[in-house]
Amino acid sequence: MSLPALFFYLFASVTVASGLMVISSKNPVHSVLFLILAFVNAAGLFVLMGAEFLAMILVVVYVGAVAVLFMFVTMMLDVDFAELRSGVLQYLPVGVLIGLIMLAELVLVVGGWGASGALPTTRGGSPIPTDMTNAEALGRVLYTDYLLLFQTAGLVLLTAMIGAIVLTLRDRRTDVKRQDVTLQNARKPSEAIEIVTAPTGQGIAEGRGVR
Amino acid sequence: MIGLEHYLIVAAILFTLGVFGIFLNRKNVIVILMSIELILLAVNINFVAFSTHMGDLKGQVFALFVLTVAAAEAAIGLAILVVYFRNRGTIAVADINRMRG
Repeated sequence: MSLPALFFYLFASVTVASGLMVISSKNPVHSVLFLILAFVNAAGLFVLMGAEFLAMILVVVYVGAVAVLFMFVTMMLDVDFAELRSGVLQYLPVGVLIGLIMLAELVLVVGGWGASGALPTTRGGSPIPTDMTNAEALGRVLYTDYLLLFQTAGLVLLTAMIGAIVLTLRDRRTDVKRQDVTLQNARKPSEAIEIVTAPTGQGIAEGRGVR
Repeated sequence: MIGLEHYLIVAAILFTLGVFGIFLNRKNVIVILMSIELILLAVNINFVAFSTHMGDLKGQVFALFVLTVAAAEAAIGLAILVVYFRNRGTIAVADINRMRG
C-alpha cells in the first residue's frame, strides 16, 4: 500500500470514527472534542487532495473558532444533559433505519457511478495551475471571477455578527454610570458653569457653583 | 493517487452520520448543531474531491463559501440557543413551541 493510500485510510477512518463519537457520546463536551478531531482529520484529507489552503482554513475557522464557540456554549449552559438523552432509545430504530437506507443509497450511487466508468473527467473553466501555490491560485480565481460572491460572503458574516450581538445583548444595568456622548456634546459653557460671588468667611452652599 | 469514489464514500458516511445524529439527539440542540456541522463538512469534502478530480478550482472556491455560511450559521444558532436558555432555563427541543407555528 502506498503512503498516500495509507494516510487516506488513516484520516478517513479517524474522521468517520470521531463523527460517530460526536453523535453518540453522552457528554456534549466530549462531542465537541470529537468534532475537533473530525475537523482536523478532514483537514488532513484536504491536504491529501491538494487543497492546502482550505485545509488550513478548516483548522483555523472550524477548530479555532466554531468548535471553541460550541465548547463555550456547552460549558456555559447549566443543563442536565443526561435528562436530554432520556428518549434516545425511542428514536434509535427509526434513526438507524433511515441512516442505513440513506447510506446504502449514497454508496450505491457512488459505487455504481464509479463502476460504470461514467465519472466526469472533463476539465472546467479554471484549471488548477501547477506553477503557484494553492493559496495564490485560489486567490486569483476568488478575487477575479467570484468577487461579488466574496463580498456577499463578507456580508453574510457581518449579518451573523450583528445578529449574534443583538440576540445576546442584555438589558443595561441602571446602577452603573455610563458615558453618554450626546449629553457630553450638547454641554455648553453657559450651562456648565455658574459664577458665584462667595461672601467672605462664609463659603458657598453645597452643590452650588458646579453642575 | 486515491480515486474520487473513496472520498465520495467517506463524505457519504459522514453525511449519514450527521443525519443520524439529528435523529438520535432529538432533544439536545447543541448536538443537533454539531450534526449540521458534520453534514456541511461532508459537503465540503465532496466539493474538494470533485475539484481535485476534475482539475477545476471552482470547487474549492465553493467549499470556501460553504465554510463561511457554516461559521455564520453556528454563530447565529448558538446565539439563539443562549437567548432561549436564558428565557426558559432549558434547551430541550420538544419545549420549543412558544410560537405555535
